[in-house]
Amino acid sequence: MAAVAAEERDLRPWILLSPALTTITLLLAIPTCFVVVYSFWLRTAAGGEQVGFYLDNWIEVLTDQFYRDILFQTFRIAAITTVLCALMGYLPAYFIAFSKMRNKAFLLLLLMLPFWVSYIIRTMSWINILGVSGAVNYVLTSLGIVSEPIQMLYNETTVVLGLIHFLLPFMVLNIYVSLEGIDPNLVDAARSLGSTPFQAFREVTLPLSLPGLAAGGLLCFVLGGGTYITPLILGGPTDAMFANLIYEAIIIQLNWPLGSALSIVLLVVLGAVVLLYNRFLGLGQIRKGFG
Amino acid sequence: MAQQANAVELHNTVKRFGEFTAVHSMSLNVTDGSFVTFVGPSGCGKTTTLRMIAGLENATAGDILIRGQRVNDIPIHKRNLGLVFQNYALFPHKTIFENVAFGLKYRNVDKQTIARRVREALQLVQLPHVEDRLPRQLSGGQQQRIALARAIVIQPDVLLLDEPLSALDANLREEMRVELKRIQRELGIATIFVTHDQAEALAMSDRVVVMSNGFIEQEGTPEEVYNEPASEFVANFLGISNLMSGSVEDASADTVKIAVEGGPHLLAHPREGRGKHKGDRARLAVRAEKVFLAEQHAADDDSVIIDGTIDAVDYQGQAARYFVTAGNLSWQAVNPIDRHPFHEGQAVKLRIRAQDVVLLDPARSGNGAEQAG
Ligand SMILES: Nc1ncnc2c1ncn2[C@@H]1O[C@H](COP(=O)(O)OP(=O)(O)O)[C@@H](O)[C@H]1O
Ligand SMILES: [Mg+2]
Repeated sequence: MAAVAAEERDLRPWILLSPALTTITLLLAIPTCFVVVYSFWLRTAAGGEQVGFYLDNWIEVLTDQFYRDILFQTFRIAAITTVLCALMGYLPAYFIAFSKMRNKAFLLLLLMLPFWVSYIIRTMSWINILGVSGAVNYVLTSLGIVSEPIQMLYNETTVVLGLIHFLLPFMVLNIYVSLEGIDPNLVDAARSLGSTPFQAFREVTLPLSLPGLAAGGLLCFVLGGGTYITPLILGGPTDAMFANLIYEAIIIQLNWPLGSALSIVLLVVLGAVVLLYNRFLGLGQIRKGFG
Repeated sequence: MAQQANAVELHNTVKRFGEFTAVHSMSLNVTDGSFVTFVGPSGCGKTTTLRMIAGLENATAGDILIRGQRVNDIPIHKRNLGLVFQNYALFPHKTIFENVAFGLKYRNVDKQTIARRVREALQLVQLPHVEDRLPRQLSGGQQQRIALARAIVIQPDVLLLDEPLSALDANLREEMRVELKRIQRELGIATIFVTHDQAEALAMSDRVVVMSNGFIEQEGTPEEVYNEPASEFVANFLGISNLMSGSVEDASADTVKIAVEGGPHLLAHPREGRGKHKGDRARLAVRAEKVFLAEQHAADDDSVIIDGTIDAVDYQGQAARYFVTAGNLSWQAVNPIDRHPFHEGQAVKLRIRAQDVVLLDPARSGNGAEQAG
């Protein structure tokens, strides 16, 4: 009897997970296997594909310094973006979490609002703001501050700007969730024991919100490190990120085998980041962030 | 001691949240070393009052004094208070040692002294060997002891406890009650204890402050508020009372005869200013455990004996609670059981002694009585 009951208990999570697992298997795991297989094919000069087991793509990807440089650049841009998102995201998250306003839900809705507009359109909007005929240049030239419009777009800074625009809500939400979970009595207790508001923040609120900060950081880094649209729209010719190489190989050159090998490199590298993160910080917070 | 100093004084303290007044002009003294309990139903303003004293809420009007100094404008971290919460509020990311040492860090105490005082505090709460653990590794009762240690280690001027025992299970609660009282006595620290549990209030306090709807209903020793409830609310909130209305039929210097509406005549001792004159309206309370039931009572001058019938019995082991009909009135009586309780339908006699009939202040009758219990 007891054994049967235990067995039933063990099965239940799997039954509940099965739709998700099926979807992931069909749409993610199997296609990924195809990509792995592709990466060992070869693209012929004629533009066709040579089926077989060739290591040429892999040798190119793993030995060419160019790919390593771009990977490093990708990491740098993603890291800068993540740090800036953390710095810029904490304050709004703190404000929403501890605001005495009754319509906190409304503030959260405002935070979600950007998601209603396509990410591409949001990114392109920067062209209207910072472009040569954009709003900022219009103001500067009409006020006579500059005689010629300034070229502000198409460099690493604007790529980071676009990424922050894209990723900040994820950071704010994650920090918000962990701040929201902090018992307000803890701060009151710290204050009653003699700490100033800032000391109480440093000793209690900040350390207890670190899991959310870490989860938001991971999301920003992985999403930022895997994007190609932002550098495509807002970056210059030298500001490519790794995913741009994949885009270039697959969409422009139609070189699927090389693109596949590059995809797997990015997948493995970002996957390794996630695993390392999980090892040291735990991912429980991310689940909460979406809950 | 020429004059007892006050640890805390409230002078006409008011707290409003927007239009809503949570605490109405409240005045109160808490003398040094005494144990004062705020008791009242949920929402009556106990926590708000405590938070104003702590500095977590600003008083809308009135003065708050701690050790004679007005503290209205002094922020919480400069008030030197020990605060204990219902949910313990230990810092989950800090060890027990770090939790208890927290307040000492801000008091220019050197490392050795901190270690010594933390150890002493942990000994006082009888948990000497948990310094290196995290709060979640302790049981609820242990966590509450640590919270207490953290509050007293800073040698606060006043200890403020907001329903500190409510989260504990019944057995542990009784144990902690005794323990808390022992520690408070040992340290001689002025303490304000908030609870909605009347038994806790009566058992622990030097003085009880009964509150309802943001007002103080009555303040006094546990015996005073229990035996001499000033209002219907207090009579009902602390234990079970039989409440009646009537009018004074005959008043002499030491005994008043009252005609109860729809019932018998009762004798009572006059209270100051109440029920002195013939024809005065009177509101009476008789505690359930002062309604003595027997098959036969010997008559005497100072009590009234009434015939009744047992309607229902609520057996409680050492005592029983009876619902008794006598004439048009229903009574509740809680009597110790001598071998067998009375049974339903049994004819009994109720004996009501004059000393047990409390004349309530008719002006305050009905005030907040709906909230009782
Ligand atoms: N921050 C606040 N804003 C508005 N109303 C409040 C606030 N805090 C408490 N109240 C109200 O004040 C009243 C007293 O609350 P409280 O002091 O917590 O009661 P108690 O501790 O006796 O249960 C309640 O009606 C409560 O709803
Ligand atoms: Mg309360």
